[in-house]
Amino acid sequence: MDYVVIGTGPAGVVAAETLRRSDPGGKIKMIGDEPEAPYSRMALPYLLAEDIAEDGTHLRHGSGHFKSLGIDVVQDRVASVSGADGKLSLESGGALGFDRLLIAAGSHAIRPPVPGMDLDGVENCWTLADARRIAAATKPGSRVVLMGAGFIGCIVLEALAARKVELTIVEMEDRMVPRMMNATGGDMIKRWCEGKGVSVLTSTQVESVEKAGDALKVSFKGGEGMDVDLVVCAAGVRPNIAFLEGSGIECGTGVLVDNMLATNVDGIYAAGDIAEGPELITGKKEIHAIQPTASEHGRIAARNMSGYPTHYRGSLSMNVLNTLGLISSSFGQWMGVDGGEETEVADAGRFKYLKLAFRDDVIVGALALGLTQHVGVIRGLIQTGTRLGPWKDRLMQDPHRVMEAYLVRTQGSSYGY
Amino acid sequence: MSWQRKVLRVDLTKGTCETEDLNMEWATQFLGERGLATKYLWENVDPSVDAMSPENVLIFATGPLTGTMASTSGRYAVVTKGPLTGAIACSNSGGKFGAELKYAGYDLLIIHGRSEKPVYLHIEDDEVEIVPADDIWGTTVWHTEEWLKAHHQNPQMKVASIGVAGEKGVRYACIVNDLHRAAGRSGVGAVMGSKNLKAVAVRGTQGVTVDDPEAFMDVVRTTHERMSGHRGRKELTEFGTNAMIDVMQNFGGLPTRNFQAVQFDGVDKINPAAMVTPNEHGHVNLLTNKACFGCTIACGRIAHIDEEHFTIVNRKEYIHASGGLEYETAYAFGPLVGIDDIDALTYAAFLTNEHGYDPISFGGTLAAAMELFEMGVITEEDTDGIALNFGNAEALTVMAEKTGKAEGFGEILGLGSNRMCEKYGHPELAMTVKGQEFAGYDSRALQGMGLGYATSNRGACHLKHDVFGPDMEDQTGKGKAEPCKDSQDFVAMLDSTGLCLFSAGAGMKPGHFTELVRTACGGDWDDDRLTQTGERVWNLERMFNLKAGLTRADDDLPARLKEVPAPSGTAKGKVSDIDMMIPEYYEYRGWTPDGEPTTQTLQRLGLND
Amino acid sequence: MHKALLIDPAKCTSCLQCEMACSFENEGVFNPAKSRIKIFEFEHGARAIPYTCTQCAEAWCLHACPVEALTRNPDTNAVEVSNDICVGCKVCTIACPFGTVNYNKSSGKVIKCDLCGGDPACAKACPTDAITYVDADWTGYERMQASAVSGHGRPA
Repeated sequence: MDYVVIGTGPAGVVAAETLRRSDPGGKIKMIGDEPEAPYSRMALPYLLAEDIAEDGTHLRHGSGHFKSLGIDVVQDRVASVSGADGKLSLESGGALGFDRLLIAAGSHAIRPPVPGMDLDGVENCWTLADARRIAAATKPGSRVVLMGAGFIGCIVLEALAARKVELTIVEMEDRMVPRMMNATGGDMIKRWCEGKGVSVLTSTQVESVEKAGDALKVSFKGGEGMDVDLVVCAAGVRPNIAFLEGSGIECGTGVLVDNMLATNVDGIYAAGDIAEGPELITGKKEIHAIQPTASEHGRIAARNMSGYPTHYRGSLSMNVLNTLGLISSSFGQWMGVDGGEETEVADAGRFKYLKLAFRDDVIVGALALGLTQHVGVIRGLIQTGTRLGPWKDRLMQDPHRVMEAYLVRTQGSSYGY
Repeated sequence: MSWQRKVLRVDLTKGTCETEDLNMEWATQFLGERGLATKYLWENVDPSVDAMSPENVLIFATGPLTGTMASTSGRYAVVTKGPLTGAIACSNSGGKFGAELKYAGYDLLIIHGRSEKPVYLHIEDDEVEIVPADDIWGTTVWHTEEWLKAHHQNPQMKVASIGVAGEKGVRYACIVNDLHRAAGRSGVGAVMGSKNLKAVAVRGTQGVTVDDPEAFMDVVRTTHERMSGHRGRKELTEFGTNAMIDVMQNFGGLPTRNFQAVQFDGVDKINPAAMVTPNEHGHVNLLTNKACFGCTIACGRIAHIDEEHFTIVNRKEYIHASGGLEYETAYAFGPLVGIDDIDALTYAAFLTNEHGYDPISFGGTLAAAMELFEMGVITEEDTDGIALNFGNAEALTVMAEKTGKAEGFGEILGLGSNRMCEKYGHPELAMTVKGQEFAGYDSRALQGMGLGYATSNRGACHLKHDVFGPDMEDQTGKGKAEPCKDSQDFVAMLDSTGLCLFSAGAGMKPGHFTELVRTACGGDWDDDRLTQTGERVWNLERMFNLKAGLTRADDDLPARLKEVPAPSGTAKGKVSDIDMMIPEYYEYRGWTPDGEPTTQTLQRLGLND
Repeated sequence: MHKALLIDPAKCTSCLQCEMACSFENEGVFNPAKSRIKIFEFEHGARAIPYTCTQCAEAWCLHACPVEALTRNPDTNAVEVSNDICVGCKVCTIACPFGTVNYNKSSGKVIKCDLCGGDPACAKACPTDAITYVDADWTGYERMQASAVSGHGRPA
């Protein structure tokens, strides 16, 4: 069996390794377009913060890992895929045939349509090369504007702060991490960051970036501008699906997959940031560009590709973020579901917050600030759909009793609840 | 070294929270917990102040071994001037609060002044705040603890709080931590209430280190192993402290119906065997045993009440487990008031924890009230229509709730035996020393215990000395001064380490304490220095009491024990030899015939400045 | 054969010797807040459940790690954190559905039970055998559950 995996991120790497375990005799090619050993984008901020060296970002350690598994890592770009006849063409010229194809090509950083975004001194923070350029361009005291206070923007924020730059973060929406936090949580994160000396401008749009001598002048819509040394753009990412045009593979925002992570074309699967697949709670197709989903997708797609049918219940969105020491996390349908109930407890002064969303007596989502111990059990309760029985009312009163609820509901109690 | 070397000082009048370095000179003289808190009290309070006034100071103190892996390392002491006795009050507790306070970084928490409005203290390591307590004032200990954990989003938080009893100044209100452990005696909860302080809520994550970890762990392993195989340990684990009820019954030292008898017919219905025997509904009182922090004994009883019992048949909120009968509770709600209904006793025990007051003093006061009732001195008109006869289980449970809420006749009971009996013109019925009620050992059968009661600095108390051996062997007052004084000093030392007194009955030997203190604290601690530390603590407590106005006359037992012979048991016909023992004791202590430490004694102990 | 921690909640008195032993072994300090094993108490102490990583076969934490800082020790079967590699992203703490991987603020990394390299301090410290270290086939989930719901601890 010939397997081709497009992408060398976590989804691609886990898939290739799983394929090797499931099919010891299969031929596995993994194609990536960056001139690097497979690495983790998630680790880039820690490189930027100088917590780790470049090899600390690598997905696998030790030289010859992929070679020893008989996984052929190819540096190239896929130009097009022909689903019907099981072939793909490479940008370097040449073509490859496959019996099974996994599209794990990930996503790319986008830049908003603002004049000046193509100037020198405007960077993304998405690739190892980006990180190297940002590192070279910043020193303590450098003036930096960070565009975007989403999840990625906030990890970059942490890294830039560690570089002791003078930092302003600009977010179009009315709060930080708007897709991961509600207003209560987002406002607490903002106030925390401001307390740590970061200037946070929400509901603010960058109108233009212009050259101003050695500096860049960043202008805000309806407000003053400021001169900075560097603009880092973290305005979002989009799946890398352009090369699939004409492939016959059905796409929405990303590549549409079913509960087997299969596309509409036989033998072709997708995983990771590029896959638009079923969400755990609602079953609706969504893109969850997060490490745990990438890894699960990769593993399950590979099982299905190698002849071990494995059903995927759906991905659960979850994020954990450290903004200058304030730790926040979000899970699943934190915004609540129709007909469900919610409970929350907030202590703005101490930056502590926990919200749980229920459907019947099952937790379907959660938001947390300042919670670092046993937080994973929230995932467990959501993932397993554990019915809480009388513990739902206890959690409505005190949502922090999740660990106890889990233990009692899975291990029993003295009084039968 | 295993002190945190930090004191948290809170002034509720000014609304300030400040930290200061622990006075290490005092720490090396007084160790920690009971001893060190006594020294701080001595230095901070004029002993003549009114216990309930803002001038009194309330000290929560951990010891150098609190929060370490030494077995029973969960103790903390509350030291203040007591409102029940007017003497020094020193009440210690287990559970998990003490270790948490230590982990937050503090050896001592000192509370000054009085808040204008009800507040609680919230401590998360070095973040300390005084918070309005409007949402919890007037509520129970159980509600307070749950509310604080939920409100501060911290299930790991540990809470020490008072119930309505403490708020309303029940003279023997206690401070309850971890739902059913308490700094139980002498009314320390009333002092907390007088300061308008509802609770101390603490979370600590800083840990404790010891001076010589390897050597310390060697002692820990040795003592754990020894305790594991020790008979005393096994009995405490299996039966809890209530094993004593059978011992005292057989010996004839079980105070019954306000000390009118020394044996009780209903013992079989409330003893450890009864706690594990199914009743006619198949209900078993005892659920399990439970440990305090770090304790390898786990003597605590967790019990529940028969759902069909009259006390809770219409109160479903009490269908759950909680702290059950320890010996003193079983004695004070059982023989002392003539009641043998185990569910009623358990229910009353729940109420004392929930509302926060001392079951011994309550049982003693109720027993005196029952005697007054049976004498016709008080009637149902006084007692809210309840027939306060000995043996009436309903009287116990109704009055337990009324006392917890300081309502109706409960307000009178909340005065304690002395003030109540005085009020009704029969002070001779108050079975107390210095105004504090007796524990479950009759001084006519246990002579050394009587001496311990009479001389205990906090009023009648069974936990400040240990003369059981000599008392069981010889039922006269002869030769009791020496073991009484020596064990008082030993216990004062032990109470200053952060360990539980029961460790000594469960296999730990005096030398082990020395080894633990030496390896934990560093320095040249040996057996003699530790013993002398205990003696120093005892004498400083005594000095506080003398300055507070107590005299030789306060080291005495009620006439009933000195004049009315024990009616049955091994001491049948005997009375207490207290008048003979006291002079011997003073002399052996190095005190004057008036009970004051001599100059030489003070000099020897370094207390003469 | 691999060994594993066998937890019998019915025997747990909630003394926290295990938590102190764990923190002492791993951090050199008595500090339950840093323990890899945690006692949860219910019903006014009628039940206490010692809880830590079961070194589960799925190893959600390991798969969620972006930098391969979590690996399985072939000698003990424990999933271990390599402090040198861990970047402190905390993804494993939300990915572990049992909640047994925790962030340690003072190190900036995560901590989890590693069976102390095959000689777990918690099991040695437990005075009631509520935590024992035994051959792995004794720790099957059903067995654990059976013992967990079998009723209350009898004092012994």
